[in-house]
Amino acid sequence: MNFGFTEEQSLLRDQVERFIKEACPMPKVREIAASESRFDSTLWQQVADLGWLGLTIPEAHGGLGLKWIDLTVVLEAAAEGLCPLPIASQALASAAVLTCGNDKQKSEWLPAMASGSAICTIGLYDEANWIDPKAITAQAHASEDGYVLKGTKPFVNDAAAADYLLLAVNAPNGLALAAVAKDSVKITHQPTMDTTKPMASVDLDGVNISADFLLPMSEDQLAFLTDCGAVATTAEMVGAGAAILEMTSNYAKERIQFGKPIGQYQGVKHRLADMYVDLESYRSLSYYAAWSVDDDIEGLAKAVSLAKGYASDAFAQIGIDGVGLHGAIGFTAEYDAQLYLKRSKWARPMYGDSDYHMDRIATLGGL
Amino acid sequence: MDFDYTASEQSFREEVRSFISENLPPKKERDKNFLANWLEKVRAKGWVGFAWPKEFGGSEGGLIEQTILREEMALAKAPPLGTSMMGLAWVGPGIMQYGTEEQKRKFIPDILDSKVTWCTGYSEPNHGSDLAAIQCKAELNGDHYVVNGQKIWTTGAPWSQWIILLTRTQFDVESKHDGITCFLVPMDAPGVEVRPIQNMAGDKHFAEIFFTDVQVPVENRLGAEGEGWNVTVSALANERSSIGEVTQMFEKLENLKELVKTTTKQGQPASKDPKVRRTIARFEMKVAAMKFNGLRYLTKQIKGEPLTSETSVNKLHRASLEIEIDDFAVQLMGQAGLQLRGGESAVDGGTWSKSALNWPNVVIGGGTPNIQRNIIAERLLGQPKD
Ligand SMILES: Cc1cc2nc3c(=O)[nH]c(=O)nc-3n(C[C@H](O)[C@H](O)[C@H](O)COP(=O)(O)OP(=O)(O)OC[C@H]3O[C@@H](n4cnc5c(N)ncnc54)[C@H](O)[C@@H]3O)c2cc1C
Repeated sequence: MNFGFTEEQSLLRDQVERFIKEACPMPKVREIAASESRFDSTLWQQVADLGWLGLTIPEAHGGLGLKWIDLTVVLEAAAEGLCPLPIASQALASAAVLTCGNDKQKSEWLPAMASGSAICTIGLYDEANWIDPKAITAQAHASEDGYVLKGTKPFVNDAAAADYLLLAVNAPNGLALAAVAKDSVKITHQPTMDTTKPMASVDLDGVNISADFLLPMSEDQLAFLTDCGAVATTAEMVGAGAAILEMTSNYAKERIQFGKPIGQYQGVKHRLADMYVDLESYRSLSYYAAWSVDDDIEGLAKAVSLAKGYASDAFAQIGIDGVGLHGAIGFTAEYDAQLYLKRSKWARPMYGDSDYHMDRIATLGGL
Repeated sequence: MDFDYTASEQSFREEVRSFISENLPPKKERDKNFLANWLEKVRAKGWVGFAWPKEFGGSEGGLIEQTILREEMALAKAPPLGTSMMGLAWVGPGIMQYGTEEQKRKFIPDILDSKVTWCTGYSEPNHGSDLAAIQCKAELNGDHYVVNGQKIWTTGAPWSQWIILLTRTQFDVESKHDGITCFLVPMDAPGVEVRPIQNMAGDKHFAEIFFTDVQVPVENRLGAEGEGWNVTVSALANERSSIGEVTQMFEKLENLKELVKTTTKQGQPASKDPKVRRTIARFEMKVAAMKFNGLRYLTKQIKGEPLTSETSVNKLHRASLEIEIDDFAVQLMGQAGLQLRGGESAVDGGTWSKSALNWPNVVIGGGTPNIQRNIIAERLLGQPKD
């Protein structure tokens, strides 16, 4: 039992934090988010060269063969600076291939994912607020030389930047992931609150894929990938939450009103303390959930729901208080606090909101 | 990061479990000697003062094993591993850290053997949260100090044999944290008068204590003269840490779930009510947060860093849980929730209504939530002091 990070993990965290500071500081984040593509291929290549895209991919397939807890380190540290690169989506897509793919698909696709040459994402549910196999409405019908797809995937993260998309569909033999190339589908960017997390709808109607591009997916596998999504999201909520807390705490030490730093007033400092308590608490739960992905599959669902259930509402409040404690400056577009508030809005429903996860905790707890 | 237990940790867990299954009969089968026998047996096992140094009678057990021990005992709803609660949680550690060799020899064994119960004399009528401003006076007079003043809210004072007492030995100080001195005082010393105070739950667990020309030998001073605040700061961290100990919440949460399963609300099973389910889940998230926060702090301790202000995080969780869980349970039961112990139809023997009136123990005792938030904001986030 050891609830601390290893030397290697700490070095990895330092590396990510340094990279974010130097190569992807906030002006750069804003620049990418405002650009046509909402993506930066130069940065992507640098991130790939650092090995971050292949962390959880086995060495045999060109990755580093590490665990989700290592990935968490990267996601958390990158989210401190709201890095808009689709690192989480790439990780989830590789988890999807590792979980649902056959040997051929794994050995052909995973190396390209690890090296970053194929940018990938996943899209699971088609209902806005429903985590359930029934919330997958897109379809794959057998055709002469494979499948023809039908329906729309309305909410796919990082779809516009991706080369390949793994999209959940109802296939003749049950659930499956359809792997589609970006040029074969119609991708329509959907503006959302959080410009650092681009989302798009993907129109699948009439798209043909060969049989090799359909990966059968059981309900358990769908649940596993959903849990992985929640772990990745929560890891980013830890990083982003820590960053806005630090920003707000520093501001409270410097801003003087009534002749004193505002951090001296309990109305301010106690909110900061509560933000700290919540952040540290969902941080602990997030690490446990990430560990469970690789080392306690039985306990994963519960661990994930404890973490995402706590983080969803807590980070939302941290975002609001982070802006609010700044006063009017926090409301300005120019000031970065608002970007974190928007991230908290993005993260809240992602892979299950607090109600979903609390219901699952109750059920798993025998109620 | 690895939550797996090593083979030896796992086998220690097995050892604890089998000890429990051999020595902890169901409540109904326990006779009047049960507790005394239990205490003797766990003592013989070396499980009291488990992590304490061997030279003082501890077992030098690892902190992970200590956690395992606490978890298993809590899961089995076992009696405590010693009745000298404050002795084990902070007086003993304080004596081991600041005491003289003679004090260690004199006091530690009795704490481990549950022979002596300690109480804690910090708060005064005019100085609660602002503890460092205490006025209870101790004056050196040859080979002893003379203590005059008053303490209040002293838990266990009516039945304790000893008190760890915070006094002021110097009044003209620049900082109120200077000039404070700590003593170990027998409660039967001439001039010590205890007046129990009844609390809202009906118990007389705490008391006010009057000290009139009480003579305390110099050898009963804990730490140097004027250094009492340091002794207190580490004792307070230990106190918060023991209040924030998650294992105490396991039983409560489990009992609450059982209650929910057997209660109806508006004619339906309460366990089907979405609000009820989510409320329980929220409690469970907080309890889990306490557990994993605790494990992170433990890792820090194992690396040799002392626990300090972070203990306020779990203290705050415990405080809010303690209020909310009982309050929720009582409300869930409707009018039946109001019934006290002794009432014929009182659910679970009235334990919920009883504990719903007892939250101040862990909410106010050990420092109020506002003070915990000050500690976090000032010491962990670097905010300016009030
Ligand atoms: C059940 C119980 C057991 C106890 N056992 C012991 C014991 O064994 N030994 C012992 O020495 N003491 C004990 N205490 C005393 C306890 O430590 C004090 O009650 C506590 O520290 C608060 O002090 P006070 O009651 O004087 O309240 P006050 O300090 O007067 O506080 C009153 C209110 O003001 C708030 N407040 C005070 N200062 C501030 C501030 N700076 N910022 C914001 N809010 C503030 C508090 O949060 C509180 O809500 C016990 C108390 C209880 C309830």
